[in-house]
Amino acid sequence: MNKYVANFRKYKPLLGNLILRDLKVKYRRSILGVLWSVLNPLLMMLVMTSIFSTLFKIDIPNFPVYYLTGSILFSFFSEATSAAMVSVVYSGPLIKKVYIPKYIFPVEKILFSFVNLLFSLVALVFIIVLTSTKVTWSVLLFPIPLLYALCFSLGLGLILSVLAVFFRDILHLYSVLLTAWTYFTPIFYPESIIPEKFRTVLTLNPLYHFINYFRDLVLHGTIPGISENLLCMSISVITLLIGLIVFKMNQDKFVLYV
Amino acid sequence: MSEYAIDAKNIYMRFNLSKEKVDNMKEFFIKLVKRQLMFDEFIALYDVSLSVKKGEVLGIVGLNGSGKSTFLKIVSGIYKPSLGTVQVNGSIAPLIELGTGFDMDLTARENIFLNGAILGHSTKEIREKFDEIVKFSELHEFLDVPLKNFSSGMVARLGFAMATITKPDILIVDEILSVGDFLFQEKCERRISEMMNNGTTVIIVSHSIDQIERLCNRVLWLEKGKTRMLGETEEVCKAYKTTTSKF
Repeated sequence: MNKYVANFRKYKPLLGNLILRDLKVKYRRSILGVLWSVLNPLLMMLVMTSIFSTLFKIDIPNFPVYYLTGSILFSFFSEATSAAMVSVVYSGPLIKKVYIPKYIFPVEKILFSFVNLLFSLVALVFIIVLTSTKVTWSVLLFPIPLLYALCFSLGLGLILSVLAVFFRDILHLYSVLLTAWTYFTPIFYPESIIPEKFRTVLTLNPLYHFINYFRDLVLHGTIPGISENLLCMSISVITLLIGLIVFKMNQDKFVLYV
Repeated sequence: MSEYAIDAKNIYMRFNLSKEKVDNMKEFFIKLVKRQLMFDEFIALYDVSLSVKKGEVLGIVGLNGSGKSTFLKIVSGIYKPSLGTVQVNGSIAPLIELGTGFDMDLTARENIFLNGAILGHSTKEIREKFDEIVKFSELHEFLDVPLKNFSSGMVARLGFAMATITKPDILIVDEILSVGDFLFQEKCERRISEMMNNGTTVIIVSHSIDQIERLCNRVLWLEKGKTRMLGETEEVCKAYKTTTSKF
């Protein structure tokens, strides 16, 4: 155990440096730079609000905040897992020439997306103020659902990155899966439009629970109970554990397959 | 601490050549049943044992495909051997390919920090050595230029400076002294001999038998993944030269 901690400490600067690198490369040569992380969700929200609350007349009170709470969390999840999935494959040239602990790559991608998520929270705050949404003290608990989503994405990202090394088909399959996942998550529609018999399918979706948690805190001003917390916690921790085990079992073979 | 810097015992390395070209379904199932699918093996190293004492300079010779680079990669921890154990005492600076891990979109300054982290150095360490790295690589004026605008010689210079700037316990050199102009080559060789004098353990792979004779205490001769000979420089080099001159 001590060996792992020491090794992690040695490579912690690398994690920070890689995140910084990704940020620099992402915004290099754009005039607004990092402001795009805030602007992007805002503009998306404008599009979605005009389509869904004027064109389709979906009846959701305070649609902008409803949409943003869902979409910020979901785009973090989809961005993070997709980037983590290809991270080991793309770092092939590097891991064939220097020893680096392999988990650095998926973990870095997930953390980088998490940094982006934190930027987009600024957009959410902005919209909450603009629409004069009433918030209660419960909103201060907002890091909890984000951490659940982080753990879950980390676990799934680790599993996907291993799969991608051995079966490249997953790269193509996952984007389709993500699209389906987006539509099965109540991001821009209310839960109530899903027929009663499919509701159970909805409860199997971890993202549904995380987003609901987030909305309870921000939009409804309530704090989810113990059972909801236990559920979210077990989903995220179990996924993370499986991810770590799968990754550890396979990491020595990566260099032969990438 | 043991007296050995590197202690490798009975190393086997098996590669999967992944000749996965299967033309049709029939062939696929036949190969699946015969368990040949993607399991075309190639043995790169076959029962190689080697101990290197601290401060020793070891050369590895052999023709192409004899497993030299594979052996170095196992010692550096990049590959896990299929069988056998490797014990390494001390920090390793692998000079396997110069400029590994540089990001071409970042500037030289940013790359120094990123690459330092890849090699496992702390930010503080790199900040302390920053001026030295810049001085050695002679890139003062180009510090804030993205690496994609560098010439390959400039990249190699920065790579060499990065890899050797902290004093490693073990230095691994794989055929890299053929980059840059002759002045820089001399500078690199001076730096390596300087490290040797300071007690760094060095492993050199080279096709230049003169270089091996000049620098090494002991030589390992690999042939098709097996140890052909291991011993004093003079003896091994002589035998190697007489065999290879037949071709």
